[in-house]
This record gives sequence, C-alpha cells and structure tokens, in this order.
Amino acid sequence: MVQQLVFYAFAAGLIFAASMVITVRNPVHAALFLVVAFFASAGLWLLLEAEFLAIALVLVYVGAVMVLFLFVVMMLDINIAVLREGFARYLPIASGVAVLMLAAIGYVVGHQHFGLNRISQPEAAAASYNNTAVLGRVLYTQYVLPFEVASVILLVAIIAAIALTLRTTRQTRAPHPGHQVQVMRGDRVRLVKMAAEKPE
Amino acid sequence: MLALADFLIVGAVLFCLSVAGIFINRKNIIVLLMCIELMLLAVNLNFIAFSHYNQDISGQIFVFFILTVAAAESAIGLAILVVLFRNRGSINVDDISTMRG
Repeated sequence: MVQQLVFYAFAAGLIFAASMVITVRNPVHAALFLVVAFFASAGLWLLLEAEFLAIALVLVYVGAVMVLFLFVVMMLDINIAVLREGFARYLPIASGVAVLMLAAIGYVVGHQHFGLNRISQPEAAAASYNNTAVLGRVLYTQYVLPFEVASVILLVAIIAAIALTLRTTRQTRAPHPGHQVQVMRGDRVRLVKMAAEKPE
Repeated sequence: MLALADFLIVGAVLFCLSVAGIFINRKNIIVLLMCIELMLLAVNLNFIAFSHYNQDISGQIFVFFILTVAAAESAIGLAILVVLFRNRGSINVDDISTMRG
C-alpha cells in the first residue's frame, strides 16, 4: 500500500515535470523542471531496487549534465519570442501523434500482457543485498570490455567538446613555436653592401 | 501490489510526452536536447523495470551504458550549440539550412 502510494506520487511528479519541460516559455525553467523529472525517476528507480543507478542519476544528471545545460542556457542570449513561434501551430499534430503513440504502446505494454497475473512482483531483496556490489561484480567481469569502450566514449566526448569550443584566436603574446622553428636565415639577417666611410 | 505494466505505462507516457515536445519545440535546439534526455530516461525506466521483475542484473548494466552515452551526447551537443551560437548569433533551427543545396 505504501509502495503504491510512493509509486503514484513519483509517477505523477515525473509526468507533471515532463509536461512542464516541453511547454514552459523560458528554457531556464525547462531545465529546472528537467531536474525535477530526474529526481522523480530516481525515486522510481529506488522503488525498483536499483539503488546505485538512482544515486548515479542524481549525481551525474542533476549534478553535472543539468548544470551544463543551465550554463549554456544562461550563456547564450536567446530571443525566446522567435523560438516560440509555431508552438500553437504544431500543438494539434503533436498531441495527435503523442496520443496515437501512447495508445499503441499502451495496448502492447498494458495489464493484459504485463499485469500481475502474467509476471508477479518479485520478493523484496534481503536487507543484506548490496546492489552496488552485485552490479560491480557483473560490470567488471562479464561486461569489462563494454566498460572500457564506455571510457573511450567519454574520452572522445571530452576531446570533442574542447576541440569544438576552443577559440582559435591567440590569447597570449608568446611566440608561436612552429613559426620559430621554420624561420630561415634570410628572414632575420639582412646583409648590406656599402662603401667604407672615410673618417672625417 | 505494483505490476510491471504500471512502470511500463509511466515510461510510455514519458516517451510520448517527449515526442510531442520535439514536435512543438522544433525551433529551439536546447529544448530539443532536453526532450532527447527525457526519451532516454523513459527507456532507462523500462530497462530497470524489466531488470527488477525478471530478477536479472543485465538491464541495470545497460542503463549504466545508456547513461554514459547520454552524458557524452549532451556534452557534444551543447558544445556544437555554443559554436553555432557564436557563428550565427541565434539557435533557431530554421537558420541552419546552409547545406540544403
């Protein structure tokens, strides 16, 4: 009973926050509502006994990705009015597509296929169950290669983000090493032929 | 008692909301990126729900990798956005039509 109450509270919060994200006028407010959505889904994940991922979602998404979003939104001087045009024009087709998709998905994943009579709720894990330890044991044995690939992906993301936003204009007056190496003698030394001067 | 279908329907509602968000915010790249994050969140919720009800930890491993890729994607996306704004002075999707031919 308590479980259901918690589920409905977090699910309602998640769906409310998601609908605010797509409808609010100000991108800063949208980013803040996205934070609420991440918190609500972290609660749902806790209910599903995925403790490590719930905490990782809060730390990585609310702590890092959303701060990045807020930085970018505040750094760019955005004209909201221009970006909002077409909002009302596309609202009917958007809600039509969403309702159709929801009907189709709901028909597939509804209670007649995934209800309690088909797949029962598993027993709650024992108090000694350690989700992080179990996850780590699988991650570092069976999935160690994908784990390494994930680290490469993060490295590529770091390099790509830096390479994209790096300004090419020079910030300092220090001489460029490449140019210094390529200097020829003729660039620096000029030999002048002139007659010897007579002392007065 | 909570059924698997309850969690799947929450995920489906979240996914459809973000699809609608992509339709109605089609000028604003920042909100488009946020909608993609919401979509990935819905998929992650499905993975974790199936992982719990099937008592199989692999679903949570998949969510771990999806979180990694999504973080990389949003970092690169926002970097592209910053460069775009620096070059164009706007983030309107309609302005990005140089390659239309």
